Amino acid sequence: MTAEEIQLRNEAQVIASIMAGETGFFHDLIRPYERTVYIMILSVLRNEADAEDAAQEAFLKAFRNLSKFRAESKFGTWLIRIALNEARSRLRARKTAAAETLDAAPGEEGHVSPALLRDWREVPLETLERQEVRIVLQQAVMTLPEIYREIFLLRDVEELSVRESATTLGISEAAVKVRLHRARMMLQKTLAPRLKQVNPKQRWFPWL
Amino acid sequence: MVINCKDVWEHISGYLDDTLASSEFVEVQKHLEHCEICSAILDSTRNILILTADERVFELPLGFSERLHARIDEEMQRIA
Repeated sequence: MTAEEIQLRNEAQVIASIMAGETGFFHDLIRPYERTVYIMILSVLRNEADAEDAAQEAFLKAFRNLSKFRAESKFGTWLIRIALNEARSRLRARKTAAAETLDAAPGEEGHVSPALLRDWREVPLETLERQEVRIVLQQAVMTLPEIYREIFLLRDVEELSVRESATTLGISEAAVKVRLHRARMMLQKTLAPRLKQVNPKQRWFPWL
Repeated sequence: MVINCKDVWEHISGYLDDTLASSEFVEVQKHLEHCEICSAILDSTRNILILTADERVFELPLGFSERLHARIDEEMQRIA
């Protein structure tokens, strides 16, 4: 059995126990997905307090609806879909949808030109100790148009497979690849010029 | 077939994920060997993916897990 098959089988057993009344196992079932659910909801709502409340609600909905879960999909995929639905319905209720459609407008055609550089000196992971660097990265991802933001977070941050991402978002695997490519190129375009100025020996913003 | 920079840009994601057909991979590889600009684009993209995937960039709020599990316990007691 592959690791994925073992995980599916274990999840099926845990879910059966919960359905049989051992509800405490629900805590263990969801633990691996806490961050993914939160991040995906945050990517829709873009507000931390709202995202936490919506994430709690999504987990409660998953608990209440567990009997409707069908084992042909992975529990994680089903859960993330519940989370995205919860976030999107809250966004609609918030009526900021008008602003959102504006930045979601770019179509799926056309290509993104990257930022042109002659050379690249690697930005080391230690740089992430600096909050301003983390914020620049977060903002670059969170300001991508929605369809690109979602796929980037699922694939490159939460590391779902192409197939899992396709199932979660209800799109084809080909669309996953195209959107992911554009998302990465958009990030390269915004981030490469900014990260190039990161010098480990100096503070990035001298006035801070 | 000789490919130009713009063709290479369309293949950067596939190159990083190792999903290119072997003929495409060879062409991209050949181009990268002599093109500083495309090499820098590839390196910067790879570097950006490594940075954004780091768990320090997108973190759960402090105490998120505790509050979540407490709320689930409340719900379970309510329906028990």
